[in-house]
Amino acid sequence: MAYPKNYRYTKEHEWINVEGGLATIGITDYAQHELGDVVFVELPKPGAKIELGKSFGTVESVKAVSEIYAPAAGEVIEANGELQNTPEKINTDPHGAAWLIKVRLTNATELSGLMDASAYEAYIAASGKEASA
Amino acid sequence: MESAATPHKSELRKTPLNGLHRRLGAKMVNFGGWDMPVEYPSSGGLIAEHRAVRGSVGVFDVSHMGDIRIRSSGKPGGALAAVQHISMNDASKLAIGQAHYSAMLYPEGTFVDDVIVHRLSEDGFLLVINAGTREKDINWVRENTKSFDCVVEDLSDAYTQLAIQGPRAVNLLQKLTDGELSAIKNYWFIEGTVCGLKNALIARTGYTGEDGFEIYVPSDVATSEKVWNQVMEAGREFAVVPCGLGCRNTLRLESKMALYGHEISEKINVWEAALDRYCKMGKGDFLGRAALEQARTAGLRRTLVGIEMIDRGIARDEYCCCNEAGDAIGVVTSGSPSPTLGKNIALAYVPPTYSTVGTVLYVEIRGRKCKALVVPTPFYKRPKKAAVQQVS
Repeated sequence: MAYPKNYRYTKEHEWINVEGGLATIGITDYAQHELGDVVFVELPKPGAKIELGKSFGTVESVKAVSEIYAPAAGEVIEANGELQNTPEKINTDPHGAAWLIKVRLTNATELSGLMDASAYEAYIAASGKEASA
Repeated sequence: MESAATPHKSELRKTPLNGLHRRLGAKMVNFGGWDMPVEYPSSGGLIAEHRAVRGSVGVFDVSHMGDIRIRSSGKPGGALAAVQHISMNDASKLAIGQAHYSAMLYPEGTFVDDVIVHRLSEDGFLLVINAGTREKDINWVRENTKSFDCVVEDLSDAYTQLAIQGPRAVNLLQKLTDGELSAIKNYWFIEGTVCGLKNALIARTGYTGEDGFEIYVPSDVATSEKVWNQVMEAGREFAVVPCGLGCRNTLRLESKMALYGHEISEKINVWEAALDRYCKMGKGDFLGRAALEQARTAGLRRTLVGIEMIDRGIARDEYCCCNEAGDAIGVVTSGSPSPTLGKNIALAYVPPTYSTVGTVLYVEIRGRKCKALVVPTPFYKRPKKAAVQQVS
């Protein structure tokens, strides 16, 4: 699955896409693949504050719980309610329909520390090699 | 997100099929020091593998399991006496070609490990033990059978063990053996030819709650891969898939089969684990018996129950159980979504006063008290074979 060029990526495998004043956050295809079948998602409610680098929710597969870390600080405007009934969408469309939250960012300059698509692809290729070494 | 995969160390042990799993693109994890497949994306992942076993057939590499052979030396009866001493079930009741579930106990009545005991001959037994406890178990068996007329051999590395599990396992395996599989009852075994290999052990056993077989073949890589490939080829018409440890866990949990380090351990005794029916107090003395006698008089402090989540949330291993008031009362030993039932299920140790079916209790999930209900176990029981139509 291709990594959208206009998204930015974290080392913990979240993506963030800023359009206008609003940022959309999700987990990457690599992350969903590592997790396996996603069966449960827990997300913050609108109005909640998220902090850079702090956990704001969890995504669970059959066998594991994963914390999701905020790529930037902000206020939650919307959480993807569809995922409550169809968490498996995270496996099939992690970069699109299975976005997690929409956030109004506090400080957009925080994104400058994140990876672009090609840097992220190089990053996961390297960690893949390490895992199979 | 944190990576779910455990970092690999170079000293991880490998089964003879390790290279094949990697070529199949399996996701590998460190399981008790073994580099093992947890799921195969090519099979469709954990849930698809789980469903294949419940609905048709799946194949597991379980070569990491250990195998200990005990044979009489000198006078007959030495092996049986040794097995009777270290194992809580009554091996004298086993016919040649029969197996049973049992456990080896510490003098405290707690678990060294659970085992499947196979009676190979009048004076020969094969104990199949867990991977993570292999060295501990073999040392335990050697140490505690010294005074018996028997020889103990560690055959763990001699076998590649495949578990072929599911309602169509019998149809699949029958294509590869001259043994009459329909004549093998549950927990019986034969020595037969499999894939042209003579004297392979074919046992109607498993760890999935489904019908199925475990076969034991020579452990060299070429033979192991040949057998695996022939099994997959023979299973094509049944849509067989390779299965990893991920679904092995969800399958055994639905069937309430114990996992060492979770439902049973060196801290939990036989009565607590509710494995009474495999513990034969009347057979004569054995390791752990005296402590169990005492524990029975003292009464249970905790007991294993099955629970089902009512509130949204998945109970996981080691999560705390509490009562309405929020007091900690117990702990989850295994918890997972159940692919068959579509519910979140768990096994937990709680005081007997909370063990009645229908009791409401709570599981603490990331600081939240989530409601759960004590339910009957096993969570899943395989459907009985359709009764043969009676001629009226």
